[in-house]
Amino acid sequence: MRSPDAPPERPAPRRWAIWLPLGLFVGFVLLVLIGLLRPADREVASAMIGKPLPAFDLPPAIPDRPGLARSDFAGGKPRLLNVFASWCIPCAVEAPQLDALAKEGVEIDGIAIRDRQEDIAAFLARNGNPFTRIGADDVSAVQLAIGSSGVPETFVIDAGGVIRYQHIGEIRADQLPLIRAKLKEAEQ
Amino acid sequence: MIAEFGLAALWLAAALAGLQLLAGSLALTSRGEQMGGIVRPVAIVQGLLALTAFASLIALFCRTDLSVRLVALNSHSLKPFIYKLAGTWGNHEGSMLLWVTVMGLAGGVVALVERRLPERTMLATLAGQAFVSLGFYAFLLFSSNPFERLNPAPPEGQGLNPLLQDMGLAFHPPTLYLGYVGLSVAFSFAIGALITREVGPAFARAMRPWVLGAWIFLTLGIAAGSYWAYYELGWGGWWFWDPVENASLMPWLAATALLHSASVLAARNALRAWTVMLGVVAFSMSMVGTFLVRSGILTSVHAFAVDPERGTFILALLAINIGGALALFGLRAASVTEGARFALVSREGALVFNNVMLSATLGIVLFGTLYPLMAEALGAKVSVGPPYFNPMTALFVVPMLLVMAVGPLLRWRRDAFARVRSALLVPAGLTLGVGIAVAVSAPIGVLPLLGLALAVGLAVASLLPLRGRSLRRTPLSTWGMVVAHLGVAVALFGMASESAFSIEKLVAARVGETTRVGSWEVTLAGVHPVAGPNWTALEADMRASYAGGAPASIHPQARSFWAPPQQTSESALLTRWNGQLYAVLGEAAEDGRWQLRLWWKPFVTLIWLGGLMVALGGLLALVGHVASDLRRHVARAKIAYRRQRQGR
Repeated sequence: MRSPDAPPERPAPRRWAIWLPLGLFVGFVLLVLIGLLRPADREVASAMIGKPLPAFDLPPAIPDRPGLARSDFAGGKPRLLNVFASWCIPCAVEAPQLDALAKEGVEIDGIAIRDRQEDIAAFLARNGNPFTRIGADDVSAVQLAIGSSGVPETFVIDAGGVIRYQHIGEIRADQLPLIRAKLKEAEQ
Repeated sequence: MIAEFGLAALWLAAALAGLQLLAGSLALTSRGEQMGGIVRPVAIVQGLLALTAFASLIALFCRTDLSVRLVALNSHSLKPFIYKLAGTWGNHEGSMLLWVTVMGLAGGVVALVERRLPERTMLATLAGQAFVSLGFYAFLLFSSNPFERLNPAPPEGQGLNPLLQDMGLAFHPPTLYLGYVGLSVAFSFAIGALITREVGPAFARAMRPWVLGAWIFLTLGIAAGSYWAYYELGWGGWWFWDPVENASLMPWLAATALLHSASVLAARNALRAWTVMLGVVAFSMSMVGTFLVRSGILTSVHAFAVDPERGTFILALLAINIGGALALFGLRAASVTEGARFALVSREGALVFNNVMLSATLGIVLFGTLYPLMAEALGAKVSVGPPYFNPMTALFVVPMLLVMAVGPLLRWRRDAFARVRSALLVPAGLTLGVGIAVAVSAPIGVLPLLGLALAVGLAVASLLPLRGRSLRRTPLSTWGMVVAHLGVAVALFGMASESAFSIEKLVAARVGETTRVGSWEVTLAGVHPVAGPNWTALEADMRASYAGGAPASIHPQARSFWAPPQQTSESALLTRWNGQLYAVLGEAAEDGRWQLRLWWKPFVTLIWLGGLMVALGGLLALVGHVASDLRRHVARAKIAYRRQRQGR
């Protein structure tokens, strides 16, 4: 601190500071110009694509299917990992498509989000059960770890356990070819 | 005919704005001085013509004239009359017309009454106002003509977004607009003062009522918008840091800072360049906010008029107006000296601190709002929410609140903290006491705890400026400050209490079942269909009793509108002095149970009560300033009259 009787110093005029607001504003205009000219893109792409599944080990969600662990995704063919819940209406909408894929021999594993055993059983009894294994994720921990932000979502996992594709929302009937193509791609 | 009449009035108003700009600018040169005489009358007529155009549009909406495109798109013959009326400004074109109307009228009033500033500054101010208006006229006439005809006229209109069919919302946007446009007057004053280098107390006094008025409307608009989001969206929250909310908050923060720095300039002739800068920034924030909302560049629940072409147009206006003003500031600021000096511990010192904190908060909010856009430009996608905004704004707001408790007690120019220390012992002790008591008795987060403790201390401290004064002789503007600061404390208490003590219950209830939420017992008595003018709904009949008291009925609804088809949930609120019960009816489960969402929110109403108090404080200050200006004017006129008589 200066002693109080020192002569008051006039701060040196900072000329650049005067132009700072204009500079910031020009930056703003350039930024929004980029935003305006860029075509609108509403898809949320996963940051997890191309990365291996993280480690997890979920207990069984219903008695007659085993639980699901990271170690189940080793070797064999590409398969689907479906994130669902009995309380989710679009999940019921996509059930016939999952069934169709399962009948074609695609292995589908499920993760049930924040659900109850009896509700899942009732849901599968009503909509069919395409799942080989179903893990119960009661706190969405695995869901978040694999980069899913809602239900239903479907991941294509290749033989090495790497996430190759993420489908957000229900799989509609007209999207089946897309899923099959992604499975085929994952074989390489 | 009405549509063509309105369009003609709009073109004429635009032409007069052009004339106002031309004459005002010419009058500033040495050769065109005689042009100055027409500027004020032109400004008044321009405002009246804009009003005529807007009145024509109101008439078209009231008669549901479907041969006008805007009416056909946004109205419906079955719509209740009040919403037909509100439909006038509930869309892009109409709201822009409202904007230029208010702007034109404000310019007219300035032209009519403001006589304190040097005439050259006034001419520059009115030319500046015309320049800004002209951009909006061009926008309306070339890209968003509200009077465009539709041939053939459709048999029925396309309705109004049912989410927007709500009394609160009918009057929420115009309130905000009055605020935005009031700031345009401050902006024009700043431009005028910069052009003629007349930045001084007279400039601050001329600008202050407009800033205060704008600020009152912004405060009301934000409070009303927050309450609307609270009960209409049915999510139970009252602030979401949504880009549109931020768009209204940012001009408010700038206006709050401007208000305080203008006081310093008016009273002490200090902070000249800073005040002018804020005058430019406050309106810039209004325009940036409008741009962000209208261009749809940020996705948001509010974006009801998303159109990239319009966005580009507003961006061009923005670039010209704000860029020009900031360039002018850069050129002139060096010649605007900072004015009178003051010590760090003084009223000015506290106000400067408050200004810096408010500006920092503004920066934080602006950065958070734009961050998704910056990230997208770099190819990443993020959304920014409460985890960023809450702690970051608290970082600056908390110190500001502390200084706000002290500042009003300090003297102008130079003071010693020791002088006010004893007075502050009570609020400081209370803050500490409440903080410790709450921390011991309830496990709540740091920010809510801090909020509760600070609110209590601040409430007491805000009353201290009245201590030792004759309450009847205390100036109205001091009362305004006290009430506004107390309002901040009250609102803060509501916010902290809501976030600390809210209880939420999500249940699937059968008819006849009772749910406990805090001290409330809520029984679902039944669910039955009801019908409104343009919707049908399932309405729950619930009986709620507080701590075993007499039950009251509440009726949350799940509404279905048919024009356009849309589902909304109408929450039901039960207000007690110490909080609100908030009920939402969800979907029916297959087994005959109903999803109910219930909240008990202690003291949540204080948030908006505090907001109203802040606005009331602004009103008191406005009335006080205008009255004392009038008195000064009358006194001066009397002296002049006496001198004249003595001279004879």
